[in-house]
Amino acid sequence: MIKGKVWSFGADLNTDLIIPARYLNTSDPKVLAEYCLEDARPGFSKIMSPGDIIVAGTNFGCGSSREHAPLAIKYAGIACVIAASFARIFYRNALNIGLAILESEEASKDVKEGEILQINLEKGLINNLSTNRIYHAKPFPGFMQELITAGGLIPYLRRNLAEKEQEV
Amino acid sequence: MSMTMTEKILAAHAGKEQVEPGDLIKARVDLVLGNDITSPVAIREFEKIGVNKLFDPGAIALVPDHFTPNKDIKSAEQAKMLREFVRKYGIIHYFEVGRAGIEHCLLPEQGLVGPGELIIGADSHTCTYGALGAFSTGVGSTDLAAAMASGEVWLKVPPSLKLHYSGSLQDWVGGKDLILYTIGQIGVDGALYSALEFTGDTIASLTMDDRFTMANMAIEAGAKNGIFLVDDKTREYLRGRYEKPYTIYTSDHNAYYQQTYEWNVSKLEPQVALPHLPENSKSVRELGNLYIDQVVIGSCTNGRIKDLREVARLLKGNKVHSDVRLIIIPGTQEIYLQAMREGLIEVFIQAGAVVSTPTCGPCLGGHMGILAKGERALATTNRNFIGRMGHPESEVYLSGPPVAAASAIKGRITHPEEVLKDD
Repeated sequence: MIKGKVWSFGADLNTDLIIPARYLNTSDPKVLAEYCLEDARPGFSKIMSPGDIIVAGTNFGCGSSREHAPLAIKYAGIACVIAASFARIFYRNALNIGLAILESEEASKDVKEGEILQINLEKGLINNLSTNRIYHAKPFPGFMQELITAGGLIPYLRRNLAEKEQEV
Repeated sequence: MSMTMTEKILAAHAGKEQVEPGDLIKARVDLVLGNDITSPVAIREFEKIGVNKLFDPGAIALVPDHFTPNKDIKSAEQAKMLREFVRKYGIIHYFEVGRAGIEHCLLPEQGLVGPGELIIGADSHTCTYGALGAFSTGVGSTDLAAAMASGEVWLKVPPSLKLHYSGSLQDWVGGKDLILYTIGQIGVDGALYSALEFTGDTIASLTMDDRFTMANMAIEAGAKNGIFLVDDKTREYLRGRYEKPYTIYTSDHNAYYQQTYEWNVSKLEPQVALPHLPENSKSVRELGNLYIDQVVIGSCTNGRIKDLREVARLLKGNKVHSDVRLIIIPGTQEIYLQAMREGLIEVFIQAGAVVSTPTCGPCLGGHMGILAKGERALATTNRNFIGRMGHPESEVYLSGPPVAAASAIKGRITHPEEVLKDD
């Protein structure tokens, strides 16, 4: 169960705003985390707290394929990103690296900055503790659910490769 | 049941007779690509998988092109990590500085991508190869790592959108103007998760370089891939480059399209996308006096020989405006050489432009032309997001090469006609 404070962002929040290219000369997630969302909100990594939640508009994470973007968010300690929709590469990357994301137009429209959400990821239930409203996120298809449960693509692949070896 | 060309390529690579939009498939990849920014993350993830070899050392292309020639010590470390991985695992298609180029100009030129193939790359503009009738899409580093080990990728079959263009284009209007116009019409998420199929007599008349430009920017409308029919121009381009036999897929006449757009583009004017999204496109004639500090001509979008020829046509006998820095970056060493042979490089330098070795450099605000606070650039690149080319309070406008060249001469964003009028 996730419980955290909301930071609000608008639509088309692109990967340059999440982690600008001037920091892409490293792939160290801890360094990337320091600059998370810097050009969207200067000093964001200093004012947020681990366990906080991002709520944004449509097309979150559009632009580059840089996995540095979801890595920066994950290692900054953001517990979950809720958006009305996600750009497709960001969506893949988030599932692959085990960053929790949920798609909910309702929550995206309704939730305000500073409100407290409680999230049940498995059920896709978002409970706004500040307003007592409940939102239902779009469920993940079976295979993606498996990826999420495994903790990302690499642990999923390791398990599958190990199973294959046992069969041999 | 009928299928689109995108669906047919995906079905063939998933070992299925039929796929439908929404199906989750595991597909075989023909080629996977990484660069100096995305590969280091992929290499680290690859080593966590616990395999000691690549699925096929000949089906992986690694291209250091973003921060190379190394812009600082950290970038040098990342490029070195790539080089060491290449040596350790015997990767065949590695392109060292001096023999490289911008990945999406380079791979088609080197004959590494062809019709009917399924290509993934840890770079969002991997969709460029759809110009050759391939299914080609950008993924992240972890996908790259997994595909290097397994030769497979998980994909959701996208619904297709048909874009139909008719009419002959006016002078100085090309692929870049068509795609900026298209993104302006459908929006930066107008094709989210979808396949864009480019069709119509206008498309048939376009050069391959124009088609690469259009396929390249499919991602800027949120698309998974953009795809073109293989025709005589494609075959001509492939001749002498791509040696393997290939399969040409066409969409069935009754295939399902989520949506069809039809545009008559015979009156389309050169387009410019205003900050800070590629969807803010307008005809260049609608803009007022927009003075510029820098012009960048190049990138995986517009760094090809046709682009450089158009630029030279305008720059010949003219000078870059005294308030403007013009940076021209040929996409690959081969394009650079060709431009030299044709005398284009001399025209550029005589006009007062700087000509750089191939690099993504300024396009993503990496190096070779970073903007200061308050500066305004016009670029033939693909994104004009906040801070894309440097300071968060700088501005990037996007256009095709002719508008970029004409504007460099005039010092403000303008139609190429204005330069020719003076001659």
